[in-house]
Amino acid sequence: MLSRVANCLYWMSRYIERAENIARIVDVNLQLLLDFRNLDEQRLAEHWLPIVLATGDEKQFFELHKNATGQAVTEFLVWQTDNPNSIISSIYQARENARMVRDQIPVEFWEELNRLYWFMRTPQARQSWKDSPTDFFQQIKGSSLLLVGLSRATSIRNEGWYFAEAGKFLERADKTSRILDVRHVTLPEKGAPVAVSQAEALEWSAILRSCSGWDAYKSIHGAEVHPKLVAEFLIYSDEFPRSVQFCVTGLNDALRKISKVPEGKFCNDAEKLAGRLIAELQFSTIDEVFAQGLHAYLDLLQVKLNDIGGAMFNAYIFQPFTNLEEEIMVQQEEQQQQSA
Amino acid sequence: MLQQYDPKGFFDEMLDERGDSRPHYRKFRQCFEGMTPDEFDHKRQSVDLAFLRQGVTFNVYGDSAGTEKIFPFDLLPRIISAKEWEGLERGLVQRITALNLFLHDIYHEQKIIKDGIIPPFYILTGKHFRREFVNFNVPKDIYIHVCGTDLIRGADGGWMVLEDNGRCPSGVSYVLENRRAMKRSFPAMFEQIGVRPVEHYPQELLKMLQHIAPAGVADPTVALLTPGAYNSAYFEHTYLARQMGIEIVEGRDLLVRDARVFMRTTKGLRPVHVIYRRIDDDFLDPTVFRRDSMLGVPGIVNAYRAGNVSLANSIGTGIADDKVMYYFVPRMIKYYLDQEPIIPNVPTYLASEDADKKYILENLTQLVVKAANESGGYGMLMGPKATKEEIEKFRGAIEKDPRNYVAQPMISLSRHPTHIENGTFEGRHVDLRPYIIYGEKISIVPGGLTRVALRKGSLVVNSSQGGGSKDTWVLYGDE
Repeated sequence: MLSRVANCLYWMSRYIERAENIARIVDVNLQLLLDFRNLDEQRLAEHWLPIVLATGDEKQFFELHKNATGQAVTEFLVWQTDNPNSIISSIYQARENARMVRDQIPVEFWEELNRLYWFMRTPQARQSWKDSPTDFFQQIKGSSLLLVGLSRATSIRNEGWYFAEAGKFLERADKTSRILDVRHVTLPEKGAPVAVSQAEALEWSAILRSCSGWDAYKSIHGAEVHPKLVAEFLIYSDEFPRSVQFCVTGLNDALRKISKVPEGKFCNDAEKLAGRLIAELQFSTIDEVFAQGLHAYLDLLQVKLNDIGGAMFNAYIFQPFTNLEEEIMVQQEEQQQQSA
Repeated sequence: MLQQYDPKGFFDEMLDERGDSRPHYRKFRQCFEGMTPDEFDHKRQSVDLAFLRQGVTFNVYGDSAGTEKIFPFDLLPRIISAKEWEGLERGLVQRITALNLFLHDIYHEQKIIKDGIIPPFYILTGKHFRREFVNFNVPKDIYIHVCGTDLIRGADGGWMVLEDNGRCPSGVSYVLENRRAMKRSFPAMFEQIGVRPVEHYPQELLKMLQHIAPAGVADPTVALLTPGAYNSAYFEHTYLARQMGIEIVEGRDLLVRDARVFMRTTKGLRPVHVIYRRIDDDFLDPTVFRRDSMLGVPGIVNAYRAGNVSLANSIGTGIADDKVMYYFVPRMIKYYLDQEPIIPNVPTYLASEDADKKYILENLTQLVVKAANESGGYGMLMGPKATKEEIEKFRGAIEKDPRNYVAQPMISLSRHPTHIENGTFEGRHVDLRPYIIYGEKISIVPGGLTRVALRKGSLVVNSSQGGGSKDTWVLYGDE
């Protein structure tokens, strides 16, 4: 498979996953606000700012907006094309990548992604967002899930599929960790909180709902919401398909399908790092996480995920694109040797 | 729905002067009249929507608002009878055969020059004459593998060749997509009327590409080289690659080592043997042609010269697209084949011949003036419709560089009923671009792309200038 094609498939599925996850975050936080009364500006900023911080784009945000109001944050995360990670930018990027590899993806998949793209460009999209944000976000999530399902049901399981899978799982693991990190300012720097207020419990259940994990969580832990249990569920569950461990396992499987190197060995840094991360996740506990501090732990986790992405790029995509002048020199040398 | 339609003033493809259908349109007209305007409108909208949804679009340069547009599609098909098509087919085969012999000749013995048929001046000053390739043998001696020849009909209904596109003619994907859309909208008509299929074009193209593979390569790897996703024809490139099941590559995906072309894959470098390139000569190789080209592949020309990779179309075919060379095609047909041209040229005047130049300059308001090496409807003066300034601008340009200009009388292109709005139909000017593939044999998919100038009175059919398209039906019979 062409390296550029692999790269496009990888980013296409990352961006689709990204759009879906941002929709999840914004949606749940909008709903959460309905549960609180009499919020002053200060409290509102405390609510919205962490969401911007969680996406890691705060610098970009403050270049475009003065204050972290609900209006500014949602605008930034949903509509602003100046934000490369907004929902609209993600959909544009996903489609642009798909367009470059149209010959590699099922027709139905392309048509749905293309439909979503054109929908985002219509005035109706904005109107539907104004009228009922929840319905709007439901559309984005629904479309993303339809795309995931379509590719599962129609894609041939070739190398390209596994690059797309790797992108999807990497993005999902990253976003789950960021969603989980949203309330970190309410936590002690190290150690787990002892008592949880009702408002805090609501906020932590919002985190679960952001990940579509509320029902799954309840089936395991009942209705009691505690940051420690929530974190354990979203990091360590090997059954919940959006947990970090589940996603990293999926990522690792995809990497091994690409290289055909069996478990326990590795042939490139991406496999080495993914294998190491799985081992860490398997042989650590949530108490250790909180002892280190949840935020510090998640920060490090995100760096590790990034490193796996970087290593993948180096192993498969980046056979140094020589610069043009140099390449012209190489050609001249080769041709001189031939004529000599 | 055609009651109000006025067929007069020009040759109408569908109706004669009395408003009766021509014989090969009769069956279609029956089916068509059986439809209500609402039904028609509904079908029209659903086709437009389907094109947008499938991404059957072209990119518009210099338009940032909506950089992609669907190519406007008119539901009324242009129909050609079996007999008429048979004549066109023979004419096109004759023409591409002569053009190939011409290219082989001017890149080898140059007999046509030595025998005084074409003055050497015109060839040696041709912007796209690649003297680097004199005495180079192209695989299987084929230069123009894919040719899109533009045909028009004049006031008397006679066919003429307007120009030859022997470099990378585009538009064939619309032929295939238009047909798909028509089959979805009017499934019953096809059976009733008897329309010859076009769907085998990708197979024919692939067969040709495999045919020209370097000697000794049993299972050649074929790739389509595109300038990238921002090229106006990018949809077509991915479409053809997907239909042929070949890799679509950009310049940066390819690398030349030891005069062999490789593509960068996730498993390292893999050899490529045949390249269907949709990049012009100028951009193909920065070590040979334009040094600032970021689209090309350094060293690819050297690999081509070494016989390790085949290109379609060959390098140097642009000279045959030169509008001055067009003037000489009837002479080429006579010279190489000893035949009369089956489809005539449009009468043409060369500005670098003194008598012609005088005539052109005296009659600028009557003539169509074309720059010799522009395409897409650019670099053109429509005398009767031009402003004084435009005419003076061209007068200056012709005086300054006569080699680069030709002129033709204004042809009143034939018209075809075309949907305008709210169920009304008016005549709009059309042309026809058949696609000719020259491989082991010459094959032409029945019909081609009918382009229609949607603006009232306009004669320019190019998509960049407000043109649209129609499905083209070649019938099994004559009625």
